[in-house]
Amino acid sequence: MGKPNDLVQGTLDLLILKTLSLGPKHGWAIAKRIQQISREVLQVQQGSLYPALHRLEHKGWIRAKWAETETGREAKFYSLTAAGRAQLGKESAYWSRLSAAINLVVETE
Amino acid sequence: MWLRLRALFRRDRVARELDDEIQFHLDQQIAENIASGMNRQEARYAALRAFGNPTVLKEETQDTWGWVWLENFGQDLRYGLRMLGKPPGFTAVAILTLALGIGANTALFSIVNGVLLNPLPFPDPSSLVTVAASKPNFITGSISYPNFLDWHRINQCFSFFAVSRPSGYLLTGVGDAEELNAALITSDFFPMLGVKPVLGRSFTPEEDQIGISDVVAISTDLWQRKFGSSTDVIGKGISLDGKGYTIVGVFPGHLDLPMRYFSSVDIYAPLGEFRNPVLSNRLAGLGIHGIARLKPGVTIEQARTDMQRVTNYMAQTYPDADKGTGATIIQMKESMVGGVRSSLLLLLGAVGLVLLIACVNVANLLLARGTGRSREVAVRSALGAGTSRLVRQMLTESVLLAMLGGALGLALAAFGTRVALTELPAMLPRASEVGVDARVLWFSVLLSLCAGILFGLVPALRTARGNTYETLKEGGRGAVGSRHRTQGALVAIQMAMALVLLTGAGLVIRSLAQLWNVDPGFNPDNILTFNLALSPQMNSASPGAIRVALRNFDAAIAAVPGVEAESFYWGALPMYAEDDTSFWVAGQPQPASQSAMNGALSYTVGPDYLKVMRIPLLAGRFFTDRDDEHSKPVVVVDQVLAQKYFPNGDAVGKVIYQGSPDNAFEIIGIVGHVKQWGLDTDAQNSLRSQFYFSVRQFPDSIITLMPSNTGVVVRSSGNILGRMDSIRRASDQLNKDEVISGVVTMHQIVQSSLAPRRFAMMLLGSFAALALLLAGVGLYGVTAYAVGQRTNEMGIRMALGAQKRDVFRLVVGQGLRLALVGVAIGATATLMLVRLLSSFSQLLYGVGGSDPVTLAAVAIVLLGVAFLACYIPARRAMRVAPIVALRYE
Repeated sequence: MGKPNDLVQGTLDLLILKTLSLGPKHGWAIAKRIQQISREVLQVQQGSLYPALHRLEHKGWIRAKWAETETGREAKFYSLTAAGRAQLGKESAYWSRLSAAINLVVETE
Repeated sequence: MWLRLRALFRRDRVARELDDEIQFHLDQQIAENIASGMNRQEARYAALRAFGNPTVLKEETQDTWGWVWLENFGQDLRYGLRMLGKPPGFTAVAILTLALGIGANTALFSIVNGVLLNPLPFPDPSSLVTVAASKPNFITGSISYPNFLDWHRINQCFSFFAVSRPSGYLLTGVGDAEELNAALITSDFFPMLGVKPVLGRSFTPEEDQIGISDVVAISTDLWQRKFGSSTDVIGKGISLDGKGYTIVGVFPGHLDLPMRYFSSVDIYAPLGEFRNPVLSNRLAGLGIHGIARLKPGVTIEQARTDMQRVTNYMAQTYPDADKGTGATIIQMKESMVGGVRSSLLLLLGAVGLVLLIACVNVANLLLARGTGRSREVAVRSALGAGTSRLVRQMLTESVLLAMLGGALGLALAAFGTRVALTELPAMLPRASEVGVDARVLWFSVLLSLCAGILFGLVPALRTARGNTYETLKEGGRGAVGSRHRTQGALVAIQMAMALVLLTGAGLVIRSLAQLWNVDPGFNPDNILTFNLALSPQMNSASPGAIRVALRNFDAAIAAVPGVEAESFYWGALPMYAEDDTSFWVAGQPQPASQSAMNGALSYTVGPDYLKVMRIPLLAGRFFTDRDDEHSKPVVVVDQVLAQKYFPNGDAVGKVIYQGSPDNAFEIIGIVGHVKQWGLDTDAQNSLRSQFYFSVRQFPDSIITLMPSNTGVVVRSSGNILGRMDSIRRASDQLNKDEVISGVVTMHQIVQSSLAPRRFAMMLLGSFAALALLLAGVGLYGVTAYAVGQRTNEMGIRMALGAQKRDVFRLVVGQGLRLALVGVAIGATATLMLVRLLSSFSQLLYGVGGSDPVTLAAVAIVLLGVAFLACYIPARRAMRVAPIVALRYE
């Protein structure tokens, strides 16, 4: 009954936006992709994607549409909006700066 | 934006979509798991584990949609309504308590609203002012008619300026003869107040001049009563006091104005028609007062400066009349309500205390009920409800309770104020404008809201934070101890507040009692007063004939069995009518102008006046039959005048000049002083010297005015109002066209002079009683609850050897201890408050704010009620059988 405590909410947003920048996906696909790409290091509690997805939708950075999958089932597909793309750029830049700074501190003794 | 609205209005659809979405996700994961070799069961578990708790996540997602607060609120509301139904007794008591508290506040606020806050019901009311003439001895004095006409002509600050004077006419020739109340007004009057005629027209400026017109306007009441509301009444002639007048207009007869008599006027006439010959005298004080409307953009200060210019000019032009005369201008609203403002605000504070006490009661009730619900709370808490959510839900319940209580209170208030104000209209200015309007409604709603949060917060916080683990155990009893301490503290505060209110009420009651014992200078018991109008033909009779008729009336009434004494009066009557005059003592140089003369009240009465009023004669003699129009003019003075102007005690035999050297009067006696201005305020008034003139020595010019309206006072034994029948019969026998009206007893007059105090006493007294009741109920509730919780303990004590009366003493002792703490706090608070509240000390008379007798009496009453409140639960505690208590955990 808590929020994911191994990932800050903001970084989850970044991951979702990045994943969607490569093409529209539904929720499960996003979860699998994040798992895959991070080489299984990031074990996100899958369900916690959904509050994040809905929040991002409300903010206008992604949009949702119900469509048929290959298997014929109905699923909700999310895709990046123009505003979302811009936000992605901003957040990536910020993340790089942050991790670089943390690296510096950690490396130096 | 669109998403948000959709989440609000199509919530179910969106929720179902989310379900589908999540279900899809899980299905995909399960399919993947099965594909990697797990069986159906394992696949499901694995998928769920990887996913997380779907219910919680669904809720979190729904949270992002916004509108959560609204949905929660709806839930809380529905839940709250259900909970209220559960123990209906509790709900009923809580709602009733709140209804009393909020209702009392709403009632008083509606009064404050109608009287103090609402603007006067005239167009642009803030520019209306009252105008009076200020003389050296009296700042709100009468304006003389010639002065008014000049002031009206010369001023530059008023867009309208009108004066009025009360009067009466005997209406004959239309059905039964009737004595009518009249207002003599000038032409600006109705246009200034924005009052339009129902029919016909108002008066023209030409009609303001003295003695030229004979027109009147009638009230809508009279129009309906005597003329059947027929439209041909305009131009009709009517006979008033035997003289013919033409009706030119119909106007509303009820206006809320600073002049008292406007509550029921039937005839409006131009002041120029007033038949008193003194009307054209610039010196005359005929009870004429004015209202004016400031020109747009002119402030009241500028008006005062302008009127200063006018009165300075008048003083130069007419030095003997107007030297020293100024104009007093006051905001009209201030003039009407300024006197009651401080009392009303004080009462508002008092009733606020009552509401606080009521809130504490309900808070205690909620605390008590909280233990009953501690299990429910613990379960909800274990299921994941945050503390703030629980608190919010309980607050919603409290506010709901408060709103219901407030609604009932509003109904009670509306009904109660209506009843109270119809019974006692004289006590409050603008009483007819008090009612429930939008502002009062908002006040009620807001107050209920605040009350709900106030009394709901503490119990909600305490209950929500209950120890979950302890409560869920079998037989857990929760934190009884600290809860009891909170309740106890609250009860002590209640008692303190009740004490403050009771002391306040007690002091006001004692003040009134003291005032009743004040000697007004005469004996008001068994005295009647009324107005007499002789038959209309008398209005045109010769002075000699009138004098004979008056004497005949004296004799006829004196002969009525049971009547002890009777006298005419003209001019002043204690606490009822004022009349003053100017004089100087013979041997002193004649003062240059009227304003330089000395002022005194003037009572013109018959020879038996002292017998009627039982005023003591201190020196010399009073009038006799021999002091009439042929004998030497004589006057009787009161003690105050005698001491002031003749400190050597030799007033009798001296001569005074009234207004001019031609009016010489010899002083023949000294009588006791009467409290003209009221039992409490007389001593502070500057005009206290009193003259008594003999009515039989009136000059012919005034005698011809008497038949239309003269005052009479009568002392009789036995049932005085019943005596009026005999008196009316005697008058009828004398002349059946005479009319007696305006009957009122002296006792009533004295009482109504105390009306504002009585009003404050009644309200404060009822608030104090209410507070005492609520505080008592509060203590009873807390004690009963404590006893109920401690049944075990009682049983054990008794099993261990305690006697029944030990248990009794234990319970009562604890209750009384609380009350004592309350009394201590309350007494300190009272002493501090009384020093701060100067407006309160205006209400007091003869008792100091920290009067120990009142304080002690009130403390005893409070402790007595506290004892009673503890008595019943204590008895119940006594009767607990130990084995029963021990058996049921």
